[in-house]
Amino acid sequence: MATAPRFWRENPSRYNLVGFKCNNCGKTYFPPRAICPICHRKSVGKIEEVKLKGTGKVYSVTEVHDTLDELAMMKPYLLAMVEMDEGPKLTGQVIDCEPCDVAIGTPVRVALRKLSEEGSAGVIHYGYKFVPVKDSTGKTP
Amino acid sequence: MRRVAIIGVGDTEFGELWDMSFRDIGIQAGLAAVADANITADQIDALYVGNMGAGRFIEQEHIGALIADYAGLARDHVPATRVEAAGASGGLALRQGFQAVASGMHDIVVVGGAEKMTDVSDVESGMIQSSAADQEWETILGATFPALHALIARRHMHEHGTTREQLADVAVKNHKNGSLNPKAQFQREIKRETVLSSPMVSSPLRVFDCAPSSDGAAAVVLCPLDMAKKFTEVPIEIIGSGQASDTLALHHRKDICTMEATKVAARRAFDMAKLTTKDVDVAEVHDNFTISEILAIEDLGFFKKGEGGRATEAGLTSIEGEIAVNTSGGLKARGDPIGATGLAQAVEIVAQLRGKAGKRQVKDAAVGLAHNVGGTGATVVVHLFRRA
Repeated sequence: MATAPRFWRENPSRYNLVGFKCNNCGKTYFPPRAICPICHRKSVGKIEEVKLKGTGKVYSVTEVHDTLDELAMMKPYLLAMVEMDEGPKLTGQVIDCEPCDVAIGTPVRVALRKLSEEGSAGVIHYGYKFVPVKDSTGKTP
Repeated sequence: MRRVAIIGVGDTEFGELWDMSFRDIGIQAGLAAVADANITADQIDALYVGNMGAGRFIEQEHIGALIADYAGLARDHVPATRVEAAGASGGLALRQGFQAVASGMHDIVVVGGAEKMTDVSDVESGMIQSSAADQEWETILGATFPALHALIARRHMHEHGTTREQLADVAVKNHKNGSLNPKAQFQREIKRETVLSSPMVSSPLRVFDCAPSSDGAAAVVLCPLDMAKKFTEVPIEIIGSGQASDTLALHHRKDICTMEATKVAARRAFDMAKLTTKDVDVAEVHDNFTISEILAIEDLGFFKKGEGGRATEAGLTSIEGEIAVNTSGGLKARGDPIGATGLAQAVEIVAQLRGKAGKRQVKDAAVGLAHNVGGTGATVVVHLFRRA
């Protein structure tokens, strides 16, 4: 198991979806990086932290049946790659739904949830997961 | 740059080799290659070893020196270097050896690859393999290594109409080829139904869509082409070598159905060789999952994007097909001891170009290709070979 600081130092992005915008090309990325992969050195000094709105659409999805030890209690679970409205893609679990409710194109929003815990007395790790957006009738569009 | 030839090859069986240690398999493959090349220890100028995860699989780092030592080369103080790029470690080690000989730095170089995966539990092995992906932004969020490939498969099916059955056909073909390879981990043919009824790993991928955990090692001996005839009747020249990288995390790629690094590495190798995809007779590609072979045969240029599944279903990638793909059985059936895989591909291509591939021989094979991938495509190495 890794020590707490390894997880703690990524908390701004895992809790609040802090990414960055390159003010040279105008593109938004997640998570933050020191250099824009398009503008390279021209981006130095032009990187601005931005918070993603937390909404997007499923780009691809899988139901995970065979997984790592610390996630064994959750299986099977849905894992999706989500294209956020600002452009970047994120990978994370989709929760609070039936597997049949989620397909490529399903709109989702981010929810802060427990990711894993280090044993019964260890640190608990939190981060983003995704929830399908439902319309007024309670169905996913 | 000097022209470089392979003058010897060696490998172990791949599988669950309970009675053999990491150093045992490394030395067995190395000694076989040295015997095949008919060289002596004092002729070896340098050693490169491809290995992904010995630090976690057997809690042993410092693999270069370990292999040199047990190869009996410690007293000769032969320089030994470990090369790591996840699943592409072996191919990248081959490229390092190729560069060392091509540059004139060294004359005779042994390049090996080895992995001992079964000294840890299956769950531990899965965790180690997932470290080829982005631990901070993929793995911790629930993405296993098979799950990332499942996301690729699902998207490929959505965009290109690839079917579940076509994925299975990759495994069926590679198990058939494996049945013709006495060193393969799996030497039994399977049916579509075997794949489709095997336990789900990460939908749509099932157990028989995934390469196994394996122990194994493979090695080659390199020297300048103009010296090669002193050692062997049939030198195999490395006529092209290309390497490319891409984003570590899959989700940072614009299109996950294309491995850009495969396209770029292949272009670099083909440019060096002054050849095109049409010239290739036999290819070993990185089929760690069935979907991976479909991406590979598209991105290497054998088939148009989106046609890989249909081409496989039509039998175009079989030994008698338009382009013979993974005649060894590939990672799927020959086995996938991670660091050894890139070298095992080279060993198979050499066997094919020497005309010594037995029942799986591709008729008149003259040009071969090896395609080795690290992670979900963050490192790709492509080599081209020709009978000299």
